[in-house]
Amino acid sequence: MPNGILIEGVRRLGATALFLVRLLGQCAPALARPGLIIAQIYNTGARSLIIIMLSGLFVGMVLGLQGYQLLQRFGSEDVLGSAAALGLLRELGPVITALLFAGRAGTALTSEIGLMRATDQLTAMEIMAVDPLRYVAAPRFLGGVIAMPLLAAIFGVIGLFGAQLIGVALMRIDSGVFWSQTQAAVALRDVNEGLVKSLVFGIACSLVAVYEGYNAEPTAAGVGLATTRTVVTSSVLILLLDYVLTALFL
Amino acid sequence: MGSAASAADTLVDVRDVHYAIGGRPIFTGLDLNVRRGRITAIMGPSGTGKTTLLRLITAQISAQRGEVSVFGANLATQGSDAIYALRQRMGMLFQNGALLSDLNVFENVAFPVREHTDLPEVLLRKLVLTKLQAVGLRGAAELMPAELSGGMARRVALARAIVMDPELLIYDEPFVGLDPISLGVIQRLIKQMNQALGITSIVVSHDVKELAAIADDSYLLSGGRVAAAGVPAQLRASDSAAVRQFMTGSEEGPVAFHYPAPDYLAQLLAEA
Repeated sequence: MPNGILIEGVRRLGATALFLVRLLGQCAPALARPGLIIAQIYNTGARSLIIIMLSGLFVGMVLGLQGYQLLQRFGSEDVLGSAAALGLLRELGPVITALLFAGRAGTALTSEIGLMRATDQLTAMEIMAVDPLRYVAAPRFLGGVIAMPLLAAIFGVIGLFGAQLIGVALMRIDSGVFWSQTQAAVALRDVNEGLVKSLVFGIACSLVAVYEGYNAEPTAAGVGLATTRTVVTSSVLILLLDYVLTALFL
Repeated sequence: MGSAASAADTLVDVRDVHYAIGGRPIFTGLDLNVRRGRITAIMGPSGTGKTTLLRLITAQISAQRGEVSVFGANLATQGSDAIYALRQRMGMLFQNGALLSDLNVFENVAFPVREHTDLPEVLLRKLVLTKLQAVGLRGAAELMPAELSGGMARRVALARAIVMDPELLIYDEPFVGLDPISLGVIQRLIKQMNQALGITSIVVSHDVKELAAIADDSYLLSGGRVAAAGVPAQLRASDSAAVRQFMTGSEEGPVAFHYPAPDYLAQLLAEA
């Protein structure tokens, strides 16, 4: 039933938008408790560091190899640094970080909140006159939004190091040329593009993860389904938003 | 019993409540009240809406018809701030404890106090340890919820439920899945909380024997209404077949053992 799918899609979009409004309303009171947010930055950010750094290194190395092969054909391998830096800063950094974030931190958030729902912890908070949106959802949302640009920046730096490893150490491009080309090519505008993208992806991924967990059916199967939905919805959203933002920045 | 209770004496008043889930009626004109300072037992077979009743009383859901009043306030007319203010005057013990899994026992009990007061740390510590001592788990203060047995988790949850000195304490199936020792402990604690602290208690359960030992008033729910009300002895002496079946735990009676099904023999022969 395509109509049914469409209606369900619109319903969920509306429900997510309403949830976002309620969540944003609780973000200001949640900011008064920085300890909770810092704990979540640690949970979603610091605990994703290894996977982000490893992926960044390999993506940068592949970029170095492929870029070198391609640029060598035109005798312009010297610009490898700028090509890698622009690619990582504007596209690969924010997008791959966000995809990894959705898979690593997003699923953890959804299953954690979903299990809290399934074991009555959220209901218990409501009965204790504590709004779970303020105590549970808002700090996790804010933690994710803050962690994402930081992770994307780390991914970019490590990626550039990986490209440099291939270009300078392996392919013998002059180190001075590599870095001066990079410095000349990258403008503040490119940094801004990466920053805005990772911030928007951070909002989208954290919102989806928290929403799915908060509204998960309180059963084992329900939490599993919500976790899957987090990955699928976040991934599609990231790629869709990436296109929109790229078009806006060009 | 209900009509005899004066308004000032009534803490929870449920009047002509109708509630249906997905078209299936749960309550069709439910009337009951809970009197101040007493232990009121709500009994009934599984699926009669006992937990739904608790959700109505704690304003997690609203009655589709009729009125639920707690502390004299009609819940349907209260805003969310007023509901939160009312909830600060009640405590609830969940079937599985519902302890916050990322906080240890001490922090779980301290949670509502930290959220609602600015009590200095020294006083908070004394308060929490006093409540943990009351449930016999002062020594378990540093344990995480995952390290507790079912009975211990429920006792910690009880300490958390009473830490703000509520006027009304609600127990959801407090005896389910407990060994005889834990069961006896919980039973004694419920009585003790009621007598020593003067807390009005609602105990929802289907454990007739355990409830009869502690309840002052009892309601038996069946078919969306109150099937019988009174002290436990009155319920046992009831001339209603449904009430007698429940109180004696008999298989024979209006509540059939078999879920409605087509004729057994005809079905077997047809499938052969």
